[in-house]
Amino acid sequence: MSATVYVSRDASALAVGAERVAGAIAAEAARRGTGVRIVRTGSRGLCWLEPLVEVATPAGRIAYGPVTPDDVVGLFAGGFLDGGAHPLRLGRVEDIAYFRRQERLTFARVGLVDPRSLDDYRAHGGLKGLERALALAPAEIVRIVTESGLRGRGGAAFPTGIKWQTVLDAPVQPSALGPQPSKYIVCNADEGDSGTFSDRMLMEGDPFLLIEGMIIAGLAVGATWGYIYLRCEYPHAQAALEAAIATAYAHGLLGADVLGSGRRFDLELRLGAGAYICGEETSLLDSLEGKRGQVRPRPPLPAVKGLFGRPTVVNNVITLASVPIILERGATYYREFGHGRSRGTLPLQLAGNIRRGGLIEQAFGISLRELLYDYGGGSASGRPIRAVQVGGPLGAYLPESQFDTPIDYEAFAAIGGMLGHGGIVVFDDRVDLAEQARFAMEFCALESCGKCTPCRIGSTRGMEIIDRIRAGRERAADQVLLRDLCETLRQASLCGLGGLTPYPVLSALEHFPEDFIKPSPSSIAVGERVG
Amino acid sequence: MRQAPEPVVPASAEQAPTLTPEQRRAVQTALEAHHARAGALLPVLHAIQEALGFVPAAAVPVIAHALNLSRAEVHGVISFYPHFRSRPCGRHVLYLCRAEACQAMGARVLEAEVKRRLGIDFHETTADGAFTLEPVYCLGNCACAPSLMIDRTLHGRVDAARFAALLDEVGGEP
Repeated sequence: MSATVYVSRDASALAVGAERVAGAIAAEAARRGTGVRIVRTGSRGLCWLEPLVEVATPAGRIAYGPVTPDDVVGLFAGGFLDGGAHPLRLGRVEDIAYFRRQERLTFARVGLVDPRSLDDYRAHGGLKGLERALALAPAEIVRIVTESGLRGRGGAAFPTGIKWQTVLDAPVQPSALGPQPSKYIVCNADEGDSGTFSDRMLMEGDPFLLIEGMIIAGLAVGATWGYIYLRCEYPHAQAALEAAIATAYAHGLLGADVLGSGRRFDLELRLGAGAYICGEETSLLDSLEGKRGQVRPRPPLPAVKGLFGRPTVVNNVITLASVPIILERGATYYREFGHGRSRGTLPLQLAGNIRRGGLIEQAFGISLRELLYDYGGGSASGRPIRAVQVGGPLGAYLPESQFDTPIDYEAFAAIGGMLGHGGIVVFDDRVDLAEQARFAMEFCALESCGKCTPCRIGSTRGMEIIDRIRAGRERAADQVLLRDLCETLRQASLCGLGGLTPYPVLSALEHFPEDFIKPSPSSIAVGERVG
Repeated sequence: MRQAPEPVVPASAEQAPTLTPEQRRAVQTALEAHHARAGALLPVLHAIQEALGFVPAAAVPVIAHALNLSRAEVHGVISFYPHFRSRPCGRHVLYLCRAEACQAMGARVLEAEVKRRLGIDFHETTADGAFTLEPVYCLGNCACAPSLMIDRTLHGRVDAARFAALLDEVGGEP
């Protein structure tokens, strides 16, 4: 009888040696003449325990971690194939508090299944949402998604059902471009925010879920063609999606006859090329059309006039991946999770200087403090946590006094922050918030598409003003100028890049003013030249 | 915005550097594979860069002609996206993350160390042609920071010692 061992193939696990661990297990098994089947899964999201190895036993899957190749001989000697004792033995993942407390709806299968196997997906409850959707009228699917309260998980938190309704209702004009699909589903997988990796983990760990969600979206609005726009910094997600799409076509999940229903849905993977701005939906559409990824003025909304001028649903990976369970279990089931107007669950990503970083899917309403200390266990360095940036590079820096804020879109807006895509980046007391504020402006300058003046010019001027403030010349006047500039960026930028860059800058200035009056110019030279 | 000076597309095709036979094949293969796709330019450029490591300036008029675009449009796209390069790179490309989660774990110190050891700044190639250094803003490995990627291999929890080991490991490879 051969034992089954699970080793993650998630990029984050590979980055800390999972491939070598899998190789060492195979080699040691061969040396001992023991039959071992190694299944490469996604990650359970307990990143500090990677590389994590699980073994199937009658008592469930027993985990060991973090495992190095040097530990493997000892693991075999300790009888780990039967769940034997070893200093690295963690027991069942489901019993680890970090995992047990979570409410995994969207990530239910990630880390559990073989992401290359459609059979495994089905065996773990996959495709039930799609099967239900195939029996429903488009308007009915849209109604269920609307009633679930699902809001866009990419950061803007726009109600998904309302967006879908707009696309469903959009009239289709005949195109001068010749025959082409009349409407499109576009998945925004350009997960560029620092501190976020939930899209990546989902695409690597359960790609069929995203495909299922996109097909349901297509059925809901009458679209027959979908694109996944993936950032090229994610080669592992690319490989996972390419394999999953090919398998889906081979098994009749994609193509002219979705699951034998007679309905068509085609899906194509496209790669970005390193531009952060292409995570903005209109830039993304221009990029998909083969152009420079520049922001389009709105209106028209992409829902009315999107890709190649056609009505287009643009949704984030997690939004689309949340749809199958809503269809499977119903709007009420999903709606019952959550807090205030933020319904359902949010996969949060705990990153940066944190002891136990990883992915935490939890209903809205949990506090930042619980995430940082109960889940995260404080900083990785053991020093006090001084600041936390929530919502990516355009999110606010929050001080300790705001750690009791619940994870809720409106609650974060009320304190001048935003939840964004659910990334939480932790800094200890060595952080220099003036440096971080400067970086926010630098990042905006680097990544600006150049279409609108406040963002293109204002970001560079902002860097210069912060440099002057830090150098100590006319500090008071320059702070007034910086606030004024931020107001211009906020009000006059064409999209969120320029419009939200003031959040990290002003929150740093507001909550950590002491950092702006101490001289620390030496680190400026380390930054990249921008001009 | 990219900082490294880019070669300007020559004003006339006569003055253009010509493609080598290998380059011409790669460009033709990319065009044949992707020209019929909607919005084909990015897939074409990816395929060429995948094959050659860069998109030669002399490929611009060929691509423009095949896709019915102006040379300015093609050049504009190549220069807009940080991933596309117009000049050859080193045998390995080292993408170093400069974003916040890595900053919180010492990426600024690591950046200084990487530049010191390689003796180059961002967008430059080492004298021996082994490494080109590029900044990247997030590799999605934020819970195991700081991160860097060498070609398509991701590395997490990288400090100065780990970086030195990686250089030894990869640097000797062709």
